[in-house]
Amino acid sequence: MSPTLAIALTASFTAVSCALLGTFLVLRKMTMVGDAISHAVLPGIAVAYWLSQSRASLWMFLGAAAVGVFATVVIEVLRKKLKVQSDASIGMTFTTLFALGVILITFWSDSVDLDQQCVLYGEIAYVPFNTWSTGALNMGPIALWSSGLLLIAVLLYIFIGYKGLKMSSFNEDYAAVLGIGVVAWNLSLMAMVSLATVVSFESVGAILVVALLVVPAATAYLMVDKLSHLLIGAGIIALLASIGGYGCSRLLDTSIAGTITTLLGVQFLIVLAYHQLIQKQQQHAVA
Amino acid sequence: MFDPVFIKVLLGTLLLAASSSVVGAFSFLKGESLVGDAIAHALLPGVVLAFIIGDGRNPFALIFGALLAGLTAHYGISYLEQRTKLKGDTAISLVLSTFFGFGIMLLSAVQRTGHGQQAGLERFLLGKAAAITLSDLYVFAALALLLLASVALFYKGFQLMTFNEDFAAAIGLPIQWIRFVFTVLTVLAVTVGIQSVGVVLMAALLITPAAAARSWTSSLRLMLVLSAAFAATSAVLGTVVSASLPKMPTGPWIVLALGGIAFVSLLFAPENGWLSRRKRAKGNQLKTQRENLLKLLYGAEEREGRTVAMTSETIVGIRRQHLDGLHKTLRSLKKEYLLVEREDGFALTEKGRTEGRRVVRLHRLWELYLTERLGMAADHIHPQAETMEHIITPEIEALIVKELGNPELDPHQSPIPYEED
Repeated sequence: MSPTLAIALTASFTAVSCALLGTFLVLRKMTMVGDAISHAVLPGIAVAYWLSQSRASLWMFLGAAAVGVFATVVIEVLRKKLKVQSDASIGMTFTTLFALGVILITFWSDSVDLDQQCVLYGEIAYVPFNTWSTGALNMGPIALWSSGLLLIAVLLYIFIGYKGLKMSSFNEDYAAVLGIGVVAWNLSLMAMVSLATVVSFESVGAILVVALLVVPAATAYLMVDKLSHLLIGAGIIALLASIGGYGCSRLLDTSIAGTITTLLGVQFLIVLAYHQLIQKQQQHAVA
Repeated sequence: MFDPVFIKVLLGTLLLAASSSVVGAFSFLKGESLVGDAIAHALLPGVVLAFIIGDGRNPFALIFGALLAGLTAHYGISYLEQRTKLKGDTAISLVLSTFFGFGIMLLSAVQRTGHGQQAGLERFLLGKAAAITLSDLYVFAALALLLLASVALFYKGFQLMTFNEDFAAAIGLPIQWIRFVFTVLTVLAVTVGIQSVGVVLMAALLITPAAAARSWTSSLRLMLVLSAAFAATSAVLGTVVSASLPKMPTGPWIVLALGGIAFVSLLFAPENGWLSRRKRAKGNQLKTQRENLLKLLYGAEEREGRTVAMTSETIVGIRRQHLDGLHKTLRSLKKEYLLVEREDGFALTEKGRTEGRRVVRLHRLWELYLTERLGMAADHIHPQAETMEHIITPEIEALIVKELGNPELDPHQSPIPYEED
């Protein structure tokens, strides 16, 4: 497989997975929780990595998902039991966990081949060189596999949980009345976001994952209303940005993840400008 | 430990932590804690541009670039929030992540290498307190002074901006300008603060001291002082720990110390801490149950015209409450000689009768007040009175009695029992 194709595919898989999950975060007004989780999983990664001594292991994913859910629970406890307003409880939780993660990594820096940099901003350009094999057969880049599996997992999750996710995203109380486990859907969504974050670390890093989670969904949100349209729209926007961003980054010789994010921003600005223009015309027509 | 480098780092982080926590306290109270986080991330493109224009380390170019990026980001967030259907959290995380991504792209374009960016980024992301120089210290001290002076000068304005913008606008304060000054101060604090703790942890300096301080006090002045004190304490702790361990970064330890202080405050602070709130709630609950029990016995005596004793089984049958809770209530009443335990059950003492009469009186007075003065129907007033009978103080009782002209009967024609003296 050519390196170009491997990078393009990995970027697309990651971007689409994040965009789909992010749609629910935007609808639930929980994008900052996604942001928090992407930082807070650091100690989970550090501990799992220290225990298993390997990157991209199942342990690492599980550790990160566990800490992601833990962070969600801490945020809720701060908010409900300790009466801290929700934005502050998010900020407190993720900074403290992130600081803990940095400290753990520094503590184990002799025995663990993991540094803050590779977590904060992965480098997708290295994806093709990090391969795995079974026996004599070269199975190709690890990140390609993990991002592909992530996409399948996300699609399955949304397919199976469509109704529960939909109801609990739009009207929590009504969903609870219908007997839908609101808390369970909330936590499982956060576990999926944590998983997506970890898988994306290798390629785009913790901070740009947030862009993938939020921007495609927000762009689609300006254009359409229906959930299914939102999901499809966010997916297409993410796909366009990841392929286009990769192309641009090769032309301009810039960071791939940075360029993808910038393109996401440009797409958003275009849609926003169009949206505001239409709105103004409509107001004009009414007046 | 007390070498010049340590002293410099200590002073630097102290100044930074204390000054940013004061700014953070206002944004915390405004419910805009995460805007500071977004601004911190959004500074990257500004800093990179300043780096190009200022030809390296020109501090004024750096601050100017950061200011420009920070203000743009802040404007972007408010625009998206007010003019589109996007919600506040989406606006914040959208601006945060796209600005940051754009910054990374610029950085990589400047450096023209795939991975060389990481060296330049490290200081921005995680801060490097150990690299604080003497001239940095002067900048920090100037900033701290500027922040404190501005807060002192604009105190009233900031206070109104935080708590009641509409009122501030109504009394003719230039609220737009006050908000602008505040945003500039936030950006300045973040720009300089990043140097010691980095982008990611900057949010902690803004938010956590304020959240901790809030649980100790409800006064704004005291809260500002406490925030600064907590932040300064954490700065000292963080610096000491990172100086005593090899290779340890300072920023994360400061944040961890802050987290610890916040945790302890939120749990144990006497004003708004979890423990004292729980204790108050428990105390209120016990008070309510005690008064309800005395009321029950007084009511029975009133009906039968003699002293009545009830066993705990009878009471459970009427009040449908848990037996354990009832025993606790009974014990506490007995201890204060409001009840006596006889062979046929529990009966009121004279002291208990007075107390039960007071509760019944408040109940009936409040029912009368609701019908007479608020015009509520007689069949709707009981639940309200059930709550108010535990809350009304003797002073308010006297006012109500005076307001209603020493009434004799409640809306259900039951007598209002006054003390006979």
